Amino acid sequence: MADRRRPVFPPGAQALVPVLLLVLGLVFVPRLAPPVRAASAPTLKARVQPPDRVRLTFDAPVTDLAPGNFRVAEASAPDAPLTVSAVEPAAHGVTLVLASPLRRTARYDVRVADPPLRTVAAPALWMILVSVFLSSALIQNFVFTRYLGLCIFFGVSKKVGTSVGMGITFTAVMIATAAFAWVMDTWVLRPMHLGFLQVLVFIGAVACVVQFLDTMLRKTHPVLHKSFGVYLVLITTNCIILAVPLLNAQGQVSFAEAMALALGSGSGFALALFLMSCARERLELARVPQAFQGLPIAFALAGLFALAFMGFSGLDFFR
Amino acid sequence: MSAAPTLPVEQPPGAWALLVNGIVHENPVFRLALSLCPAVAVTTTVANGIILGIAVLAVQVLSSVTVTLARNAIHPRVRIPVYTIIIAVWVSAIDMALAAFAPALYAQVGLYVKLIVAFAIIISRLEVFASRQPLVPTFFDGLGMGLGFLVALVLIGAVRELLGAGALLGFTVLPVRPLLFFALPAGGFFTIALLMAFFQYLERRGGGKPRAASAGGGHHG
Repeated sequence: MADRRRPVFPPGAQALVPVLLLVLGLVFVPRLAPPVRAASAPTLKARVQPPDRVRLTFDAPVTDLAPGNFRVAEASAPDAPLTVSAVEPAAHGVTLVLASPLRRTARYDVRVADPPLRTVAAPALWMILVSVFLSSALIQNFVFTRYLGLCIFFGVSKKVGTSVGMGITFTAVMIATAAFAWVMDTWVLRPMHLGFLQVLVFIGAVACVVQFLDTMLRKTHPVLHKSFGVYLVLITTNCIILAVPLLNAQGQVSFAEAMALALGSGSGFALALFLMSCARERLELARVPQAFQGLPIAFALAGLFALAFMGFSGLDFFR
Repeated sequence: MSAAPTLPVEQPPGAWALLVNGIVHENPVFRLALSLCPAVAVTTTVANGIILGIAVLAVQVLSSVTVTLARNAIHPRVRIPVYTIIIAVWVSAIDMALAAFAPALYAQVGLYVKLIVAFAIIISRLEVFASRQPLVPTFFDGLGMGLGFLVALVLIGAVRELLGAGALLGFTVLPVRPLLFFALPAGGFFTIALLMAFFQYLERRGGGKPRAASAGGGHHG
């Protein structure tokens, strides 16, 4: 029996289900198998305790408790060690007190000189993912602080309906492309030292994903294809789609982080489109000076939004 | 791309007319409103604008020439993927050249140099002009479009560097305290808005036809 009421979710939502399942599978399956570790080697575990402490747990005895025996550095800058000001003994290990405050979402490289041990104090996965997502969606919004996808942004932000459709399509394509490009970059380009082919491979990945989605939607969901197919064509040569794989490759991030960046950028772009289209619908009724009609006033409007988004710049979820 | 104005195909105009057309009448940034992303993103200083402008100029000329030489061998049905690959090859080459010869500047604009591959202006020139015209006019069309882009970037960069840092090309010019606002992201949007409004004002005073950019269009890049 056909229910003629309007569906709660927009029509694009069900097309996202297989994409989401695939992404979740790729994120979590590798975590099910624990890494094989030699049983006899002494192990060191480290956990960051903000604001300025690192808790170390050993299963071997440590005799030398001098601060010089321990070395802590940010994993992104391993050659610049942070000053360890004191070492306090604790159960099954020690607590290092550092001279400078630590960040909860950063990775730290921890080394002990005697016995020679080494580990990485990494934050929980969900923390990294949430901070990458928030940072790409709000703090470093693609449109308002990185200026990507501006042509699409000004082209389709005239009506709210169109901009919502565009936002959904973009997010879906971005996730699919980022996954494909991550696999190509991590498993093919980097091991074979083919980094110079990045641009070529990524633009190919975008074209393949768009073509695939277009064909698949036309055969399986013709109604969806009718409402979203137009945007798919526009996507192929768009810098915002290409920027996500390039940023991921630049940072050499894990798959989960790559997905968080894609999802965050997509949501940020959709949010920007939605806000802009709402404002531009109002602008239709305003009396704009002749010289400013059309694009100039749209740019000024985007500038005002960018000013508002600057307010997010100090946002730190885990402080 | 359908909204991009086409030149008469039958009689290719002279070299000088093509150059002026690219720089003034169909300026990619101010007139066609194509490839806006880099125009705002890297133009905090004149030097950044120049290096990205040169990269776009080189990619535009080289891809145009490649496409016009190969235009009879490219099947019309696969022309867009072929154009994309040609652009990507030249972008990779320019990208590596810049990284080797201007590493300090490249560190600031690197991401946007790679993104040239997705600039609408380049592929639209290939589609509109290079695929139909012989070598010499195509070369000058590419040169004109690239120069137009370079001029636009330098202009925006000059305004923002002058107001935002009180300097030009790194040399302090203004004796007063600069307005940091123009170096910020929001300032880029406002600078372009003001420059576009200025050109629109000039045009309306001159009684010219309404500009293509006010149509908005479905341009991308």
